[in-house]
Amino acid sequence: MLAAGICMILLVVLFGALGPIFVDTDKAQPLATTPRQEPSWEHPFGTDDAGRDLLAVMIVGVPLTMRIGLLAGTVGMSLGVFLGFTSGYMGGKIDTAIRGTVDTLLTVPGLVVLVSIASTIREEISVNIMALVVASLAWMWPTRTIRSQVLTMRERAYVQMAKLNGMNNREIIWKELFPNLLPYLAANFTNAVNWAILSSVGLEALGLGPQNDPTLGMTIYWAITFSALIRGMWWWWAIPIFFIALIFVGLLLIAAGLDELANPKQRKAV
Amino acid sequence: MSWNYTVKRVALFLIVVWAAASVNFFVPRLGTGRDPIREKLGQLAASGGLRQDGIEAMVKAYQVKFGLDKPLYVQYLNFLGDTFTLDLGYSLANYPARVGQMIGNAIPWTIGLMLVSVLIGFALGTLMGALSAWPSAPRFVRNMAVPLMTLSAIPPYLLGLIVLYILGLKLELFPLSGGYSPGRLAIASVDFYLDVLHHSVLPALAIVMQQVGFWALGMRGMMVTTSGEDYITLAEANGLRNRTIFFRFGLRNAMLPQLTALGLSLANVVAGQVIVEVIFAYPGIGTVLFQAIQASDYTVINGVVLILIMSIGLVTMLMDFFYPLLDPRISHTRQN
Amino acid sequence: MSVNGGNKETLLDIRGMEVHFETRRGIARAVNEVDLTLYKGERFGLVGESGSGKTTLILALLRMIKTPGFIAAGSATLDDGTDLLKLNREEIRRVRLKRVAMVPQGAMNSLNPVMRIGDQLMLTIREHAEDGEIPDKHTQLKQVEELFYRVGLKPAVARLYPHELSGGMKQRACIAQAISLNPQLILADEPTSALDVVVQRQIMQTLRKLQNELDATVLLVGHDMGLMAQFAERVGIMYGGKLVEVGPVEDIFHNPQHPYTQLLISSIPNFEIKGEFRGIPGVGLSLLDPPTGCLFHPRCPKAIDRCKSVEPQLKEVAADQLVSCLLHEEDQHAPAS
Repeated sequence: MLAAGICMILLVVLFGALGPIFVDTDKAQPLATTPRQEPSWEHPFGTDDAGRDLLAVMIVGVPLTMRIGLLAGTVGMSLGVFLGFTSGYMGGKIDTAIRGTVDTLLTVPGLVVLVSIASTIREEISVNIMALVVASLAWMWPTRTIRSQVLTMRERAYVQMAKLNGMNNREIIWKELFPNLLPYLAANFTNAVNWAILSSVGLEALGLGPQNDPTLGMTIYWAITFSALIRGMWWWWAIPIFFIALIFVGLLLIAAGLDELANPKQRKAV
Repeated sequence: MSWNYTVKRVALFLIVVWAAASVNFFVPRLGTGRDPIREKLGQLAASGGLRQDGIEAMVKAYQVKFGLDKPLYVQYLNFLGDTFTLDLGYSLANYPARVGQMIGNAIPWTIGLMLVSVLIGFALGTLMGALSAWPSAPRFVRNMAVPLMTLSAIPPYLLGLIVLYILGLKLELFPLSGGYSPGRLAIASVDFYLDVLHHSVLPALAIVMQQVGFWALGMRGMMVTTSGEDYITLAEANGLRNRTIFFRFGLRNAMLPQLTALGLSLANVVAGQVIVEVIFAYPGIGTVLFQAIQASDYTVINGVVLILIMSIGLVTMLMDFFYPLLDPRISHTRQN
Repeated sequence: MSVNGGNKETLLDIRGMEVHFETRRGIARAVNEVDLTLYKGERFGLVGESGSGKTTLILALLRMIKTPGFIAAGSATLDDGTDLLKLNREEIRRVRLKRVAMVPQGAMNSLNPVMRIGDQLMLTIREHAEDGEIPDKHTQLKQVEELFYRVGLKPAVARLYPHELSGGMKQRACIAQAISLNPQLILADEPTSALDVVVQRQIMQTLRKLQNELDATVLLVGHDMGLMAQFAERVGIMYGGKLVEVGPVEDIFHNPQHPYTQLLISSIPNFEIKGEFRGIPGVGLSLLDPPTGCLFHPRCPKAIDRCKSVEPQLKEVAADQLVSCLLHEEDQHAPAS
């Protein structure tokens, strides 16, 4: 599973990395080519209403969407690791405070909050700001799961041994807990990235994204806004969907594979 | 359930609503004490998104309503009062439509569509996920895990576009958009309900497909754990029927965490499937939100956000109250 | 009924039972050519280290071996000629509890946490009733209360959930369930593990009293030698999936014949037969790569050359005492000690 997932993501990354060598990315701008062309040899993915070549749009847009996911995932995960470890390892009042906050915030629907934030700063949204907006909610779930994992690890024999051997808290966290949690954290990170991409595409499909960057979500937004569906311009929406599905399934497979590494118990089941 | 717990839980709910309302009040005013209403009306007028004749009446209404000459804290208290009495003010883009009225009209559509599809998706997904992890289930059922996982990974609005294209546009089996046929009178008649049903098939299908995958995935994990429990082994040793063990011992126990998630999800459906509504131009709350975003209609956006947060808080609270009925081990009374 | 009472009627005859587990590194023979006869109304104790195949044997009798395990060969015939290993799914289901019941190992977690105790018992009884013969709720409840009385539980327990019961009470509830259809054979897999000593005694007394009332056969599995000495009339010793010695409890404890049994008995603290054995020196057995000849020879202090190549068979060496050891095949009269 892990290998299949990595292959899919690699494929997507290579597409974005090598694409500019073969295709002129300027064609991703409006008015670059003839609008409303079906897929053909000249335009393998067709062109949209505004005359963007969709192959070029994808070559530019796929890495942008991946960037939003990775940025937001990294920010969210870093916060999550920090808060999760603090909360799980320190316990006491800090733990109560962090856990309480996270549990309360988790009951609030993420997309709605993002809509509210994004619509307030709509004009200023760029790719990076988009990532930050999404990241503002991406830390809660990691915090919660990492905390509970640290909590169980803390009681394990080797951590107790390390304590008896006179290691201090920071050493225990870095030398004992962290390495042991690594596959688990990697799976969590993959999930966080996946969630971030899902949220950003969702926001963008509502029109709350970077207006001048052809991310996957924005491409879908334009397709919806200009009724691509009813006008039979299937390539306009089907192609970004294909890429999104490829990224989602790839990340999901990676996360599931890493999860298996982290809990050998689950292996039997699969 | 103890009185003490009830009070605490209701207090938590009120705090969430209060926090959401406060954010809604202060975020637009974070700038240098500007007048958000007039400013936004100005923007709207400039971009032509607003009927000019409405502006003055509306500004007046707002000034009276909010007492904009009064100090900020008085405005804040008034706003909180309005929020808790569900008075959400006027729409900026469609004055004199009231936000509460607009949301009220849309909510039954959303709840009808979402509730039914999520429940169908939940039932199907839970069953399929449980079977896919049950040792004595047929092989083909146990091999369903991968396709189910793929389905759960694709957001429902993307599935929506695909079913819309194939079943709606190409095969012309179902209408492409709307909640009912245009021109038809929205009166309670069999014809009308059938029409509504016909329109809801495609959006429902998109949501159900994704929900099945989502619930199956969670259930599968839980069922793997549960099927190894001692009580399952003993039930088998006691000669219970396979079906009985599956439903009353396996499924019943593995489902408990799923039910908590269902509570959250039922609440989130309204929010989560906003985009599905947009794609199908379904007259629900998602479409209201989308149109409000397009028109920068901030009072409506804030109103929708607030209502969604409130409804989710409410459902979560109710779930917490009902959960002890499902799991006898959880009890809100203090145990010694 | 005493073993030496002469009139021994066979209840269950196990012949050549083989349970295999398919692993990536080959086939593991978890139960290896086991022959065992259980008599009506006796209390039989089966002893062995963990992994010796005793629990697998019990699960095989109930046909509950899960993949990658499977019953490869053998028969297990009840007194009326029913071969447990040949029944189809529905037939074996009907035998479970009605004729062969199980008292579980982990009573802590053996009851459905979301069902009231009484409801679980009633459900179990109903599942075994013929269609149209299901008694009304009131009769069922009376039956449950009667069962509770017999195992020493109050009627009110019927309305409780498992988490509201102590460990001992849970085990009593499991026993009540096991005897609900008057089985001929009760398989008890370490029924008192995880219970404290006082409760252990009470549970064993209850089990003994019920065994007497039902005139049922009890097959008790465990590694607590003290408990075995108090409860069992006959004892069987398993090693590496094989039954190495069977005999009356006094003989096993005071005059063990197999070198493995001898080591087991001598590893028990001397002052009284009490406590669990702690295993014996030597490297544990790998079922995937078993030694040739006698499985025990690499650890056996008395091994002779022939043990490396010849597989011993279970043979009667004294009245009712069977041993599987080449030393006894060579010379039936010289005890190996």
